[in-house]
Amino acid sequence: MAMKIVASLREAISLCGLKSGMSISFHHHLRNGDYTLNRVMDEIAALGIRDLTLNASSLFDAHAPLREHIKNRVVRKINTDYMSAGLGRSISEGLMDESVEFRTHGGRPRDIALGITPIDVAFIAAPTADPAGNCSGKYGPSACGSLGYAFPDAMYAKKVVVITDNLVPYPLTDASIPEIYVDYVVPVDAIGDPRGIVSGTTKITRDPVGLVMAETAARVIRHSGLLKDGFSFQTGAGGATLAAAKFLKEIMLREKIRGSFASGGVTGYLVDMLNEGCFTSLMDVQCFDLKAVESIRTNPAHHEISAMQYASPAAKSAVVDHLDVVLLGATEIDTDFNVNVHTDSAGCIMGGSGGHSDTAAGAKLSMIIAPLFRARLPIITGRVRCISTPGRDVDVVVTQRGVAVNPAKPDLALRLKDAGLPIVDIHELKQIAERITGVPAVPPEGGRVVARVLSRDGEPLDVIRQLTR
Amino acid sequence: MRAAERKVSTDMSGIVKRAVAGTLESSDVFVEIEPGDSGIEVEIESVVLAQFGDAIRAAALDVLKEQNVSDARVRLTDRGALDCVIRARVETAVARAKGE
Repeated sequence: MAMKIVASLREAISLCGLKSGMSISFHHHLRNGDYTLNRVMDEIAALGIRDLTLNASSLFDAHAPLREHIKNRVVRKINTDYMSAGLGRSISEGLMDESVEFRTHGGRPRDIALGITPIDVAFIAAPTADPAGNCSGKYGPSACGSLGYAFPDAMYAKKVVVITDNLVPYPLTDASIPEIYVDYVVPVDAIGDPRGIVSGTTKITRDPVGLVMAETAARVIRHSGLLKDGFSFQTGAGGATLAAAKFLKEIMLREKIRGSFASGGVTGYLVDMLNEGCFTSLMDVQCFDLKAVESIRTNPAHHEISAMQYASPAAKSAVVDHLDVVLLGATEIDTDFNVNVHTDSAGCIMGGSGGHSDTAAGAKLSMIIAPLFRARLPIITGRVRCISTPGRDVDVVVTQRGVAVNPAKPDLALRLKDAGLPIVDIHELKQIAERITGVPAVPPEGGRVVARVLSRDGEPLDVIRQLTR
Repeated sequence: MRAAERKVSTDMSGIVKRAVAGTLESSDVFVEIEPGDSGIEVEIESVVLAQFGDAIRAAALDVLKEQNVSDARVRLTDRGALDCVIRARVETAVARAKGE
């Protein structure tokens, strides 16, 4: 057996045969604490390799040094599911010649598996690994919990490099990604800054508007007809959606409803719901906080899943297809129920779909929680700046002044109305907001296309244009 | 994001000193006003300049007119304040600048 341990990143890159024009990939479980992407890119640049396609499950502000690699043509093309506002603004201002391709957390593994976005070399930051490349996110000083998004990279890339700051003796039996996929293992001092990897705690909102929305959302779930034994649920980590989970927990405990699973990015609040008997299991593709990391390490009912099993439309079935209810956020919603989570109201990139459209498409009831306006900007518009999730997959919009139900779901609207929920036409919600904020001028549509948004099935959904100044 | 406007007037203004009102919190506006000698000069910096720049200016000029201010330099640093908030902050800044 050949030795897989390699002394340096640069040597591993050379051994993989990485050449200009090839495709490389990274996963984002280390989030804003990630060191590996920048360090690998610096080594690649030093080797004189250029014109790469970078396939990253998400990009955070920690990855801002990518700007230089884009300017120097080390990176020619980016495929990602999410891009935070720092790099997002640069892309929106026209930093790249080629447009960024935005996929969903399900669309990315789909396109990797189908060979639409082949990967030559995958770099996997692993909080613990053995010398054969068996690796896990559950252990080590940089523990991040689930490694779900790295599975397709490991399984389908031509070469796989595991980078770890916690090398343990063979065999690491509780491994997420097994040695069968791994070519090289590079021990390094640190793969990330634990403070940026997971937050110590995720906080429930204390904003009264957020709490009103959260309580209303919990009531919508309660009266949806779906909240019964076997109930399945996903929620984001936003303050208002977390508060809704807290209200939901109270209802489930009071009415002794035992759900089946909660999924997605997992927070301590979902862990509490698991431990208090609201669910029998958690299906976890990514941990958001230390409590979730601790839980996935110690509780067998807290189960790690791959990106494919989470959301891929090319999988024979996926967790999102089993969801009853998903609670999601939005930067904008339009009167056709289309949702924008890619840009701000002025059209500047500041996010991405992640699992938004996958869960909205899969869940029986997909709910958006959003205030009528943030500062002075109304959230419900005539047409969103960018369609991230199409309106056909969005059933309910919960605001502090009422709940709008997609006209395609008249039965649901009736059911909620009968339960005493404040059901309001979405056009009326838009007017209520505009009476308070004034009608905003629509900033002009920008210049050339800087990003393309693909649906989870790979269809073109929308484009994002360069900001005009 | 900045914009400035100059309107010439010959009336005497009651603005006798520099004054401020408001904060830099989200949904508020920080208003600074000081004596001027050549009409009203309004400078606006706002996170929603593209969507509400004209509305912010109109609200500020409206209040200044109501308060019979004809010569002043005004700067609004806006964090997405609603119209009523902008009007209240400008009115307060004017009152303080008049020494009321």
